[in-house]
Amino acid sequence: MKFQKRLLRAEPNFQILTKLWQVNWLYVLLICALAVVGYGALYSAGGGTSRPFAGPQSIRFCFGVVMMLGISLMSPGILVRMAWPLYIFSLILLVAVLRMGHVGKGAERWLMLGGLQVQPSELAKIALVLMLAAWFHKISYRRMGNPLFLLPPALMVLVPVALVLKEPNLGTAVIIGTVGASMFFAAGMRLWQIALLILPMPFLAKIAYGHLHDYQKARVTTFLHPESDPLGAGYNIIQSKIALGSGGMWGQGYLHGTQGQLNFLPEKQTDFIFTMIAEEWGYVGGITVIGMLLLLVFGGMLIAMRSRNQFGRLLGLGISVNFFLYCAVNLSMVMGAIPVGGVPLPLISYGGSAMLMVMFGFGLLMSAWVHRNDTFGETVENRD
Amino acid sequence: MKFRKKKSGNRLMSRPEEGKNPSRGVFTRRALVLMAAQGAVLGALGERLYGLQVLNGSHYAKLAENNRLSKRFFAPPRGRITDRFGISVASNRINWRALLLAEETTDIAGTLERFGQLVPLEPRDLTRIEHELRHKRRFIPIMLRDFLSWDDMARLELNMPSLPGVLIDVGTTRVYPFGPLLAHVVGYVAPPAEKDVVHNAELALPGMRVGRSGIEQTQDGNLRGQVGSVEMEVNAVGRVMAELDRDEGLAGDEIALTIDSGLQQQVLGRIADQSASAVVMDCRNGEVLAMVSNPSFDPSLFDSGVSQAQWIEWTNNSQTPLINKAVSGLYPPGSTFKPAVAMAALRAGTLSPSDRISCPGYIDVGGTRFHCWSRYGHGSINLRQGLKYSCDVFFYEVARRTGMDAIAATSELFGLGAKLPEIELPHVRQGLIPTPTWRRRHGHHWNGGDTIVSGIGQGFVQVTPLQLATYASRIATGREVQPHLIRSIAGRTAALTDLGHASGMDMPDHFFQDIRAGMFAVVNEEGGTAPKARLDIPGVQMAGKTGSAQVRRVSRAMRESGHFNSANLPWEYRPHALFICYAPYDAPRYATAVVIEHGNAGADVAAPLARDIMTDTLRRDPVNHREPPGQEVAQAEVD
Repeated sequence: MKFQKRLLRAEPNFQILTKLWQVNWLYVLLICALAVVGYGALYSAGGGTSRPFAGPQSIRFCFGVVMMLGISLMSPGILVRMAWPLYIFSLILLVAVLRMGHVGKGAERWLMLGGLQVQPSELAKIALVLMLAAWFHKISYRRMGNPLFLLPPALMVLVPVALVLKEPNLGTAVIIGTVGASMFFAAGMRLWQIALLILPMPFLAKIAYGHLHDYQKARVTTFLHPESDPLGAGYNIIQSKIALGSGGMWGQGYLHGTQGQLNFLPEKQTDFIFTMIAEEWGYVGGITVIGMLLLLVFGGMLIAMRSRNQFGRLLGLGISVNFFLYCAVNLSMVMGAIPVGGVPLPLISYGGSAMLMVMFGFGLLMSAWVHRNDTFGETVENRD
Repeated sequence: MKFRKKKSGNRLMSRPEEGKNPSRGVFTRRALVLMAAQGAVLGALGERLYGLQVLNGSHYAKLAENNRLSKRFFAPPRGRITDRFGISVASNRINWRALLLAEETTDIAGTLERFGQLVPLEPRDLTRIEHELRHKRRFIPIMLRDFLSWDDMARLELNMPSLPGVLIDVGTTRVYPFGPLLAHVVGYVAPPAEKDVVHNAELALPGMRVGRSGIEQTQDGNLRGQVGSVEMEVNAVGRVMAELDRDEGLAGDEIALTIDSGLQQQVLGRIADQSASAVVMDCRNGEVLAMVSNPSFDPSLFDSGVSQAQWIEWTNNSQTPLINKAVSGLYPPGSTFKPAVAMAALRAGTLSPSDRISCPGYIDVGGTRFHCWSRYGHGSINLRQGLKYSCDVFFYEVARRTGMDAIAATSELFGLGAKLPEIELPHVRQGLIPTPTWRRRHGHHWNGGDTIVSGIGQGFVQVTPLQLATYASRIATGREVQPHLIRSIAGRTAALTDLGHASGMDMPDHFFQDIRAGMFAVVNEEGGTAPKARLDIPGVQMAGKTGSAQVRRVSRAMRESGHFNSANLPWEYRPHALFICYAPYDAPRYATAVVIEHGNAGADVAAPLARDIMTDTLRRDPVNHREPPGQEVAQAEVD
């Protein structure tokens, strides 16, 4: 070990290679497998060519893999130091998108940064995960019982949630809130505190509904009665269900999904990509994709549990929960289980910003794995 | 440090240490709880997917099939109508038009507005579209604009994405190359009325037309054809991705008429601007070679809708341009009725060809004096002379002897006041030969005087020009020829075209000879009433009979004032001028009837017109040609 240590200090490049060796390649392989599924689906969504969607997306993915591996090499110490600036930066972007964002479907979500479409809420989620992980890393389990120590992280969650709500993007706001809540839960928040928070929720929900935009309310009502307006707001859900149903057990065959290929399916390359897969590959294909997504989520959770520092644990958990929520919301949406909201299916849907942020998240998760045995800056109590 | 730790403590040994750090224990437990929740959620989604795809798969698969397939119907091209030489008299013109399929757009108003910016819509169009939107079912396309120009089409095609529900479609529109010339025979088509659509839903298709008059009306079923359909795979915005199945439908049958459009044109040229009707027939088989009713109208106006002003002008015109006078115009036959009366008398035995009747200029029957047209009378004359001079007294006496029932029976055999079952036109009127029975049925008594006036084709007697032409044909041939207008349908020649189809009439041939001789004398002998009808063609003679039918009773005061002249009467009180004839006399081929409304004297106006028409007909001789004989006619006129 002494030799190894010396070698690493003397030869930084070699250190990088060692760390790369530490990367959980099985997990990376799983990510790549899903990306391949995504490529195939986008190829089909483009009408049998890689031109509009699949090609650009695969380039983004390759870029994302490089970024992921780069971030996986960063030690927790660097990441903790990055947390605050990144968090502040994401808040600035969130404010900026409110002031000068591009309006899409009634919501200001996009920001043009040097020719790049940026969705600040995506970055905000990752930044929040980093931020909370860094905060709770320094709080001992005993102190978690004191609400005073929970107040600052609660604010860290509420500020971006409020800003995203203002865009307004209900779906993402709920996801950010849930990611934050799951991290509070995993960090050791007391059960009575949780109960105290959950009890007033129904009342808050009622008030919140009053503040929803018309198009968001429409989503709620059409979700409840999709057949009431078959060509209007309910169209997406009905067409999606029809496409899923026409897939059957074995599917209509790759590139032969009638609903998707004939454009009955709305936004088939983004939000409804899963419908397209399930139409062409049937239930067998659909459940396989769900299984792969579940493997990625569970893998992330297991990586989190294996970390010997609270930062790595919470970071891994936050990233995994975030990924899970994306999948769950998107899948529920296309199956008509929850109202439609612009939430893509990670790794598969077309979209640069989402792809980069997902890979950024996986980079953080990988870093937690590579540095799972590090200890740094935590309270004595938190030390293993 | 970390490496040391890793080395020293294996994981099992470090477990007790974890107890010292409650965070990790709590984290692991709670992470497992979260994983269980995640697994449950994704599992539930998998289960839901199973429900949607496998359990209810067939239900949604059916919905998908409906989504994908769209069946569209299109109107078949309407059958062409030609004249006897194959010259188009009604055909179809390609018509590019924009349709709106309401079921394929959710924003009809927006689509219409954007459409209007590209191709202007008249307020009249808009009200029609609005009406059709309310009344037609959503899958029936609605016509927005037809006769699109190339520029309109380009603009629309370019903007198709912003015009959901709009289709550009090629249809056909009916065109009548001869316009008013054949309007009464060919008729016209118009968009179907709502009550038509109720009976036959396929009429709601854009481009479907219903025959409203003439051959177009009576042959509507043959001309219409069968509706075609295309089954297409369409995408969500209705764009056609692939055509799956196509039923071309069946074009309507082509109908060839017996009419010679060239002759028709010449006849109309002869009539010029008189309110008149003329029929030229092949007197051997009843083919109608020309049927003119003047004035006429432009049949193509009905396709797009006739304006209010135009309609008022037509209906207020006392010369009734919309009515086909040849079959719907009823006129007293006047003296043209006399050959029929003579035949009735010969058949009844009340007159023999050599019998002489004295005409002092009048006859008294039942206390009433009936005048001859000649104040001075014709002296003692026989049948041949009676016809030649058209002596009224002679036929008053013959009618009196014969009786009205016998006259009516015979004249109906000639087609007068009878149904002509083969003529393929709508609104054909039967006319009337009055009988005592008919009069009693209407609650009146039949007077002896009624028989007397009927003997010269006045009173209640009413016939159509087509009946008169049929009458002339039957006199000429002694055969019961049936007038008809259709030579072939879809290439199948009509049975009536056969020259031998007409059976002989149940009348002795020598009676016909006597009557034909009288009609020959009318035209060709010195003192006949129609010397102006003499043909200018060497070796060809025609037989005819004049007629002047009073439309108002001439009062005694007027007659006795001495200078009664019907030419001084207002137009609508003047007598109709009539003439019937056939030629050549010795081998009859063509028969003609001419009626000039309020033309005054048949001898002066109708006879020369009939002569001109007959001359044209004989020169063209259309029945002996397979090609339009235009060239030869031109030659003949140069000679």
